[in-house]
Amino acid sequence: MADLTSNTGGIISPNPFWLASAPPANSGDQIMRAFDHGWGGAVWKTLGSPIQNVSSRFGATNYRGTAAIGFNNIELITDRPLEVNFREIAEVKKRYPKHAVIVSLMVETRDEWQDIIKRSIDAGADGLELNFGCPHGMCERGMGSAVGQEPSVNEKITSWAKEFSTVPVLVKLTPNVADILPHGMAAQAGGGDGVSLINTIKSIIGVDIDRMVLNPRVGGLSTNGGYCGAAVKPIALHMAASLARDPEFKLPISGIGGVTNWRDAVEFLLLGSSSVQVCTEVMLRGYRIVEDMIEGLNDYMDDKGMATMGDLVGRAIPSYSEWGNLDLNYETIAEIDSGTCIGCNKCMVACHDGAHQCIHPPTDGGHVPTIDLDECVGCNLCQIVCPVPDCITMVEVDNGFSRATWNDHINDGAALRPKKGAH
Amino acid sequence: MTTIDERRSEAVFDDFKPAYNKAQALAEANRCLYCEDAPCIQACPTSINIPEFIRKIATENMRGSARTIFDSNILGMSCSRVCPVETLCVGDCVYNHLDAPPIQIGKLQRYSTDLAYDAGWSFYEPGEDTGKTVGLVGAGPASLACAHELRRLGHGCTVYEKRDVVGGLNTTGVAPYKMRADRSEEEVDWVLSIGGIEVRTGVQFGRDLGLAEMESMHDAVFFGAGLGADRMLDVPGGDGDAVQGAVHWIEQMKLGRVALGGVQRAVVVGGGNTAVDAVRELIGLGVPNVLMVYRGPEASMSGYQHEWVEAKKDGARGLWGAVPVAFEGDQPVTLRCQRLDGDKKPIAGAFTTVKADLVLLAIGQGKLGGLLEGLDGVTVQWGRLVVDADGFSGRKGLFAGGDAANGGKEVVNAAAEGKRAAQAIDRYLKGAK
Repeated sequence: MADLTSNTGGIISPNPFWLASAPPANSGDQIMRAFDHGWGGAVWKTLGSPIQNVSSRFGATNYRGTAAIGFNNIELITDRPLEVNFREIAEVKKRYPKHAVIVSLMVETRDEWQDIIKRSIDAGADGLELNFGCPHGMCERGMGSAVGQEPSVNEKITSWAKEFSTVPVLVKLTPNVADILPHGMAAQAGGGDGVSLINTIKSIIGVDIDRMVLNPRVGGLSTNGGYCGAAVKPIALHMAASLARDPEFKLPISGIGGVTNWRDAVEFLLLGSSSVQVCTEVMLRGYRIVEDMIEGLNDYMDDKGMATMGDLVGRAIPSYSEWGNLDLNYETIAEIDSGTCIGCNKCMVACHDGAHQCIHPPTDGGHVPTIDLDECVGCNLCQIVCPVPDCITMVEVDNGFSRATWNDHINDGAALRPKKGAH
Repeated sequence: MTTIDERRSEAVFDDFKPAYNKAQALAEANRCLYCEDAPCIQACPTSINIPEFIRKIATENMRGSARTIFDSNILGMSCSRVCPVETLCVGDCVYNHLDAPPIQIGKLQRYSTDLAYDAGWSFYEPGEDTGKTVGLVGAGPASLACAHELRRLGHGCTVYEKRDVVGGLNTTGVAPYKMRADRSEEEVDWVLSIGGIEVRTGVQFGRDLGLAEMESMHDAVFFGAGLGADRMLDVPGGDGDAVQGAVHWIEQMKLGRVALGGVQRAVVVGGGNTAVDAVRELIGLGVPNVLMVYRGPEASMSGYQHEWVEAKKDGARGLWGAVPVAFEGDQPVTLRCQRLDGDKKPIAGAFTTVKADLVLLAIGQGKLGGLLEGLDGVTVQWGRLVVDADGFSGRKGLFAGGDAANGGKEVVNAAAEGKRAAQAIDRYLKGAK
């Protein structure tokens, strides 16, 4: 059994799985049930001046019969009285002293930050998360992503929080920026103990084409929401990894965005996150999904001979490089296993219309497409569309050329192999 | 343990429900709705957390998936093959309400548990030794499930089995197109690999060993002896060579060879699941004409409809409202059948004759409760040992489960009862009962 104990900027939890600040972490009752299911921590739904929400609030994007691969919301921060939230935080911490309770906060003035931080810590918060991320509603009032998009404001408020806080402070970043790095650096400069990202992505989830109104519909109007769910994971992985790999960025990361199962979580951890936060999959399936996450992570670590989270976190970061450092002479080609091929020809059409026209119809009355190896550029598209597990493999080719990157080629004139598929 | 004859008759059967490959399993697993408080769980006598093990297939948490199954049912591998899922978990899948195909839970469970066996995963350690021992009668599903759970709780186990093969009906009785005997023996090995379960074969309760002796050797006793021999018909010619008990014949077919040379016409008497199995087995072994003779109408037979529908697809026919009253001649034997009405009452003067080269009687099995009848605290009713929900018999330290107590149900019932009894035995041994 691996030790899953997680430390994110001084916030310790029995495992790296936290509820993100969102509807599943709205109340003490919910969070205690989540802890009973195995969640290691929870970031309380953002506290601030309680708001009034609209009806309706959520929308989802469906893809080929799979519901809600992406999700958006136009809900705001807590709508419950602050004193109720603080009372429940105290109750949760009393009953679950070893679990991490992080309180998400969003207020405006320095005095308000001082007051709400003091009350949060008095209630027993193990850490704070500054919500500089919400891309809808609150940003119109100068909070949320309006802060996260301005490094100087981010840094200033972070420094206030650090001034007032005796517990670790995480800064939750918005992905609605061109480059995440200056925003992470602002959190660092402000003294933050860690960052969490990504918050939701500004989005329109869809349009009711009969009413000709955006979803989710509030009467005859709607507004842009925050996009999340499985579909955002690649964006989140990139942003989290961009910070994790930067030599100047030193803060621990709590990764958020499209984590639905243990495999997703492992990806975030490998790319430098010390903990992961989950909302959408819990909203869709319930707290019980954490069982598979804990078990899958534990078995994975056992398989890899990893004893603690330190053996895992950031292990894939060295593989994240600039394009100019990729070996242009590394070559793969596709290979179809004729024994398992079912003859759907999806690879052929994908290659013909979407790639390099090197997969051709079966010959000799068979059902297995043929690959023109002289033309195959090793792009992976055929493997991606193939419905049969392990039927198409990408095989390494020894072409006799030694490693040469674009940078090697430009700087030192390193020899490149002849181009394939470039006619 | 004996090695079963590779040339045995059952070896010709292929799986009626073939195993999933990975692509099929993933597609089916991803179709599962992951219901909360799911009807499929409630329909499972061992309460396997079905949506959870299926979700873990989808996330490729395969060890976790198998563990989820075995945590509830250590015989999850055989149950995945032999359970009547159509009337249990699959029958209650919410997709049925959508008129959409229900999730193929049995096949997914087989995918998961086969993988665990192939990979050699084992999940359980014996508990800390309590110094107590339990004697278990019969090495079938109930005793195996009971013994495994007892080992996890730290108690020593000795299983007494009258045959020289173990696994009970899973080995000797399951229709081979569901599971062949060698797979059952692999399951027994896998279950016994927890260690500390001694199996003594060739020891028959009531002949070689009595309850008093077991009670003197062990701190508790679990009676999981199953059922007795086939019931036969006490009618003229009922003891002829061409008339055999179905359970006996099936055992021969599974462990050795049955002679079917020259058998063109076979009759199976009965309307239960053993009868339907025998019909399908005879057809599978190449008997051209197989007739089920049942005393009630087709709709009232107790065999599962989904099985009988398959038997009919195979070519089986039925003679309804008929019961043999005499077997005349030999090779072929002529069954003289009294016709019965819809209430299974004789119709005066109505008789039908049927010729057959082989007749299998699947009209029930004897009960073994008689072996315990008259003992202090023990109640035997219609041959069954009466027990409470925990498998407790009423006699200090004597528990029971499986067919011996439930009168003849599924493997999954035996697995559930064996495990529950183990937990009750544990409480008893710790002084609570």
